[in-house]
Amino acid sequence: MAAPTTEHAETIVPALCRRFGGETFVQQTTADGIPTLWLPARILVETIRYLRSEIDRPYALLFDLTAVDERVRKHRDGMPASAYTVVYHLVSLERNADVRLKIALPETDPALPSIVAVCPAANWYEREVWDMFGIRFDGHPNLRRLIMPPTWQGHPLRKDHPARATEMEPFSLPDDVQQQEQEALRFVPEEWGMQRQSEDTDFLFLNLGPNHPSVHGVFRVALQLDGEEIVDAVPDIGYHHRGAEKMGERQSWHSYIPYTDRIDYLGGSMNNLPYVMAVEKLAGIEVPERARVIRVMISEFYRIASHLLFYGTFAQDVGQMSPIFYMFIDRERVFEIIESFTGARMHSSFFRIGGVAMDLPEGWDRLIREFIAYFPRRLAEYDKAVMANKLIQRRTRGIGAYTTTEAIDWSVTGAGLRATGLPWDYRKARPYSGYENFEFDVPTGTNGDCYDRCAVRVEEMRQSLRIIEQCVEHMPSGPYKAEHPLTTPPPKERTMHDIETLIQHFLSVSWGPVIPPGEVCVTIEATKGLNGYYLTSDGGTMSYRTRIRTPSFPHLQMIPLMSRGMMVADLIAILASIDFVMADVDR
Amino acid sequence: MTVGSPAVVIGILLSTVIVAAWLIWVERRMIGIWQDRLGPNRVGPLGLGQVVADMVKIFFKEDWIPPFADKPVFVIAPAIVMVTMLLGFVVVPFAPGVGVIDFNFGLLYFFALSSLAVYSQVLAGYASNNKYSLLGSLRAAAQSISYEVFMGLAAMGVVMLAGSFNLREIVEAQKDGWYVLPQFAGFLAFLVAAVAECHRAPFDLPEAEQEITGGFHTEYSGMKFGMFFVGEYLGITLNSAILVTLFFGGWLGPAFLPPLAWFILKTLVFILFFILLRAALARPRYDQFMSFGWKVMLPLTLANIVVTGAVGLSVP
Repeated sequence: MAAPTTEHAETIVPALCRRFGGETFVQQTTADGIPTLWLPARILVETIRYLRSEIDRPYALLFDLTAVDERVRKHRDGMPASAYTVVYHLVSLERNADVRLKIALPETDPALPSIVAVCPAANWYEREVWDMFGIRFDGHPNLRRLIMPPTWQGHPLRKDHPARATEMEPFSLPDDVQQQEQEALRFVPEEWGMQRQSEDTDFLFLNLGPNHPSVHGVFRVALQLDGEEIVDAVPDIGYHHRGAEKMGERQSWHSYIPYTDRIDYLGGSMNNLPYVMAVEKLAGIEVPERARVIRVMISEFYRIASHLLFYGTFAQDVGQMSPIFYMFIDRERVFEIIESFTGARMHSSFFRIGGVAMDLPEGWDRLIREFIAYFPRRLAEYDKAVMANKLIQRRTRGIGAYTTTEAIDWSVTGAGLRATGLPWDYRKARPYSGYENFEFDVPTGTNGDCYDRCAVRVEEMRQSLRIIEQCVEHMPSGPYKAEHPLTTPPPKERTMHDIETLIQHFLSVSWGPVIPPGEVCVTIEATKGLNGYYLTSDGGTMSYRTRIRTPSFPHLQMIPLMSRGMMVADLIAILASIDFVMADVDR
Repeated sequence: MTVGSPAVVIGILLSTVIVAAWLIWVERRMIGIWQDRLGPNRVGPLGLGQVVADMVKIFFKEDWIPPFADKPVFVIAPAIVMVTMLLGFVVVPFAPGVGVIDFNFGLLYFFALSSLAVYSQVLAGYASNNKYSLLGSLRAAAQSISYEVFMGLAAMGVVMLAGSFNLREIVEAQKDGWYVLPQFAGFLAFLVAAVAECHRAPFDLPEAEQEITGGFHTEYSGMKFGMFFVGEYLGITLNSAILVTLFFGGWLGPAFLPPLAWFILKTLVFILFFILLRAALARPRYDQFMSFGWKVMLPLTLANIVVTGAVGLSVP
């Protein structure tokens, strides 16, 4: 990852300076090597427009848009004074490079111009920043709270907002407040940008969710219907919000790992990977080869488990009842293997800062070899039952289709992007954790419709199996944890013999490791798309800011575009094909 | 035994209701086995007591009517499907001498009751005052209108061959060969229509759980829901019985088994087929399903009638 970004830093920073004048920007170095520029708010929209559409090989993908409350941060060497900093992270797929833009804002009435006009995907991101930090985006078409309830007081990710229930007044709900809360939930079509009637029809409004069999969790889509045809569909999220980012600010670097498992709860320990890799980058830990291969192997098992669940629910959502039961049986076998290494099935929290929790058990490869012999046969059966089924094809071909350009405009990554025909996989583009040593293909689709999204994932399971096979055949020997003072917990064998390690062990167990100050963003190709952790350390035992960039969040934002003019039944197929979990959206 | 004797009538009434309820167990067990699961196997031998347990549970559930519902209609709706389906069994020729009534227009009577049954779904959706239910009952109405048309037409070939609407005479007319062979197109069309008439998966669009959360019965619970449930299984049994009567020679079969046993066995095959369909297929979209009915099935049944008529005229 370091190589392409440095090369690129030499081209994009001068290009920006030429376009806007060199003194406009303040450059900052970060641990991840992504060129990071502070710029004044007045040229923000122009800069984004320039990066997204004016230069050749543009930075078209808005990877992330977030903010940091800088008011109590101590280590800010060389950065402009700022109370709140808004961070824009753009990716160029053609250059295979990133750029990060930062804007300093004052403490009172922080506001910025909205970039929705030049970058549609920014819509929800700006609403989230407004919701969480109280930063206003002037010119935003619909700047309302996105995740917190409309009646919420304060902005949770500000440092002065309480993080624990014990810091707040005891909870009470008097009748009049309850009345107000209920009033606030009343559905008013106009607030959602919907007309009650057109010239010749009165529309039917249908609340799909938050509890509905096909919304995969607590997710709500407000539908404006003409008969069964969808005139407009407006997604409403936030029902699964648990404040994972806020929790990151009060858990030690080590004790936050189990929280990451529950972000994309179908991805299990794969969620640990970007987090521990980010912490390792800040701490300067080199992970030994064996640990990296174990991480890859477990991540790929979780990818298979997640895709199997997707496959089954996809078939079920278009009315096919049986496949999900067969797939759960296979999924159970995957969990059995994971359990044999880690002791847990779904959320094994197996990765550690500097390695993995323990070495592989004796005879660890027996179950895997059985699975490698068994699973391709099952996939071939499912191809006949699901993918070759004419009813499934008629229900999903040409439904919810979008082009590569639209996908990038809306920050779609993962299988949803590859289904449009672009073979862009982070494991190939920026190999991490040793993926460069594995042979596998990047499957793509052609039409970008529901069927292709499913077909891509089915093929990905075969590729994951290939990777696992290579892991089994070439598992390196050696330690499973790095020899580094910040490895947490440190290798236990030495603590009883050597006073330095004992002290280190005592400190990192009682306090947690102290990670050097800095900023880093590490991204992986997760089960559902790009999952990135943007960590800010202030040199403490806890993160100063933990930003979790999840793939499902922008994917849901695309639902109106994909479903207008379709039938209700198509919307269900579309929702199924996106493959989201609400914990991954709301965090 | 004579047709219509009180003992036979009571026997048929009891056995159909019990069979329909027992089908719940059959379906859950069969689907369980096909899906590599066990299904309910705890209550009694092989889980056979599950139905009793379910019934006890469903009887003691709170009989809840949503405050926004149209109360009288809400209560009547589930009864309609039970009553019409049970009345449908009146004309079923179980075996010589076993039946409730020997009726000259038996087939037409079956169609009439089959059409009436849809009022159950339509009224339930309307009375629930719920948008999902409304969508469900809209679908039920459209589906019934479309599929009844060619359900009737599909059976006309059989009527032309047998020269009668009397189901007993139709069975007798199949002594020399079941109508499934000369009327194969008619059989296929009737089968599809029968699945649609019962609102069974894959044609369960009026309740499509994944789309409209149960459709017309979203608001129903307790015994009222149970009546929809049993009504659906009565529908499966009735339609299987009519299929057997029209195309598979009813009670006819080699003499080593009594006629009634043949009838039950054949019906059971179709019931299992209905269940297998549910386990195997995905649900078409509502508009695809409609256009399949009007653009494929209707021309097919019309062609079938023309061909049957032409053959009947040319071969006297």
